[in-house]
Amino acid sequence: MKSTHEESEIDLLVADRRVAADGVVALTLRHPAGEELPAWEPGAHVDLILTEDLTRQYSLCGDPADRSSWQIAVLQESDGRGGSAYVHDKLNPGTTVRVRGPRNHFPLEPADRYLFIAGGIGITPLLPMLEAATAAGAEWQLVYGGRTAASMAFVADLRAAHGDDRVVLRPQDEHGLLDLEALLGAPAGDTLVYCCGPGPLLDAVEERCSSWPSGALHTERFTPKEQGEPVLSGAFEVELAQSGLTLTVPPDRSILEVVEDAGVQVLSSCQEGTCGTCETAVLGGQVDHRDSLLTDEEKAANDTMFVCVSRAACPKLVLDL
Amino acid sequence: MTTSQTVPALGDDPFGSEILTDPYEFHARLREAAPVVHLPRYDLLAMGRYAEVRATLSDWETFVSSRGVGLSDFGREKPWRPPSLLLEADPPDHTVVRTAMNGVISPRNVRKLRAEFAAAADELADTLVARGRFDAVTDLAEIFPVRVFGDAVGLPAQGRENLLPYGALAFNAFGPRNQLLTDALAKAAPVQEWILAHCQRDELTPDGLGAEVWAAADRGEITHEQAPLLVRSLLTAGLDTTVYGLGNTLYALARHPEQWAALHADPKLAKFAFDEALRWEAPIQTFFRTAAADAVVAGIPIPKDTKVVLFLGSANRDSRHWGDDAETFDVRRSAGGHVAFGMGIHQCVGQPIARLEAEVVLGAFASRAARLELDGEPVPKLNNTLKGWASIPVRVTAA
Repeated sequence: MKSTHEESEIDLLVADRRVAADGVVALTLRHPAGEELPAWEPGAHVDLILTEDLTRQYSLCGDPADRSSWQIAVLQESDGRGGSAYVHDKLNPGTTVRVRGPRNHFPLEPADRYLFIAGGIGITPLLPMLEAATAAGAEWQLVYGGRTAASMAFVADLRAAHGDDRVVLRPQDEHGLLDLEALLGAPAGDTLVYCCGPGPLLDAVEERCSSWPSGALHTERFTPKEQGEPVLSGAFEVELAQSGLTLTVPPDRSILEVVEDAGVQVLSSCQEGTCGTCETAVLGGQVDHRDSLLTDEEKAANDTMFVCVSRAACPKLVLDL
Repeated sequence: MTTSQTVPALGDDPFGSEILTDPYEFHARLREAAPVVHLPRYDLLAMGRYAEVRATLSDWETFVSSRGVGLSDFGREKPWRPPSLLLEADPPDHTVVRTAMNGVISPRNVRKLRAEFAAAADELADTLVARGRFDAVTDLAEIFPVRVFGDAVGLPAQGRENLLPYGALAFNAFGPRNQLLTDALAKAAPVQEWILAHCQRDELTPDGLGAEVWAAADRGEITHEQAPLLVRSLLTAGLDTTVYGLGNTLYALARHPEQWAALHADPKLAKFAFDEALRWEAPIQTFFRTAAADAVVAGIPIPKDTKVVLFLGSANRDSRHWGDDAETFDVRRSAGGHVAFGMGIHQCVGQPIARLEAEVVLGAFASRAARLELDGEPVPKLNNTLKGWASIPVRVTAA
């Protein structure tokens, strides 16, 4: 749902592409016929529909007042099989890409004072927020961490536009992890905190902010937990030991769906790997765990799985069904 | 409210005794009328179709819980008790507490409960099946969870009679201040006092789930001030719901002898029977949300600050999702995705415990009794939120 307005789905032209940092490309997207693009507010993101079963979300990081183009920045992920690899390999100037949205789960609320915390590519949704906060006359500070200075996108633009007082750069190889205790240790009643970055940073910031007034912290996180690409891109087999069936699970279907279609009853509820209802004992094979429940240790034990989202990391799994 | 002109209205009182006793005719009209319907009696918007109910439950950013999940808007009225840190909270506060609670009720901790639950189930089934005639509510559904879940939390045996009245009060308090709530509040003081006292560490055994909550506070996952409120969540949300769920399952099975026969033939179906019964007759019939921003659902604008009531029991019988036989109770159906436990970040954290209780106790009766039949007229038990039975007289035939 989340339909605060009608969503558009349009093919856009990659008008420009530049390297914004090590492993990060910034793309400028325009309408092929030069038409005006839908309006958006800071914090908004769009879906890039890269292939039939590969859709990825990217924050808009340009200027909302510019209705002729959109800007996104994409980090090349190390495993190299997912959406980021597609963007880096295929989306060159002159190509088109299908875009859905924009949508905003991370809107900037009015405040006198802001603390912006960015980790790595998490800087993207914050960029237009800095402009908006400046335009509104608010006081703000950005604390921006990354692995190394060279990996941090838009650094030069930020310093040129806002100066070193407001923009605090903290590459990890020089400064270590962000000192969240110093930043967030004492709740400030009139300050809103906006944070975007990797999961562990968000978790740590959420924890520090638990003593802050309710509503002070805003984070960009997709629930349930974002999962990378499956270990196997193709089909695999599941053998159901109790039922004596062997079934093929194609890449676009879950084990749960395939097993239910074969007439075998499996209890399930949330169907997104968070509630734990469809837990199934694993008798053989290696599991590609994609749930939000098991600890690393439990995953490694490889004796149980959640069939609504988890898949096989081998050609054939044997399940106690 | 401006939307009242643009959406159809239903004049019914969903918290009146007629609809609380038998809500299904009203649900059908609610679903038929529109995806979003105005209830002028309480100046509320209501949803009864599966797609919109599920989507609204999942959209915690737009439809917040921190302003109360009942009729009362905590933004305008003082809550009757300190709000729940789980049910009546939003991220980021909710995330911290929910993460700690997920640790307390982890798959591993729940697995440890099975042997004890199964032994208690066998004992109860032996006794009642030997007796032949009993009340499925007062002899079974109200007995088993209070015993095994009370033990799992680590409560003393003395004083557990306070648990169900407290739950009844909490669930009545989500509705309007009608006779049900007034009556529940009148009896509340000693019950509340007992519950509050038993959320403290000293009152709980050192090996139970209650002690696990306090241990989470010791580890710094939550604060020591939050710990008693989370134990309170276990006691409020963990008893009545399971009692009603078990009662409703036994009612459904007693009304459908062929379904009991299928369960007796294959007692492994017990967990599916419970799941299907939750779909068919949801113990928690309604929960509310408040729109934190202007929103649009199925093309219908929902202005910021509007209270929205979600009819879970109606969504679970929406033929748009479940097909033409949505009204049919069928233990072999795939009931997965029903919203009796809610959906999204607030989905019942105790779900695996409730499922475990039901699986072992229904399985124990199913293997021992070839038949389960009504032995008198069931008596409904009215509550502003919960749907269930005060009494279901049954007789069983030993296998």
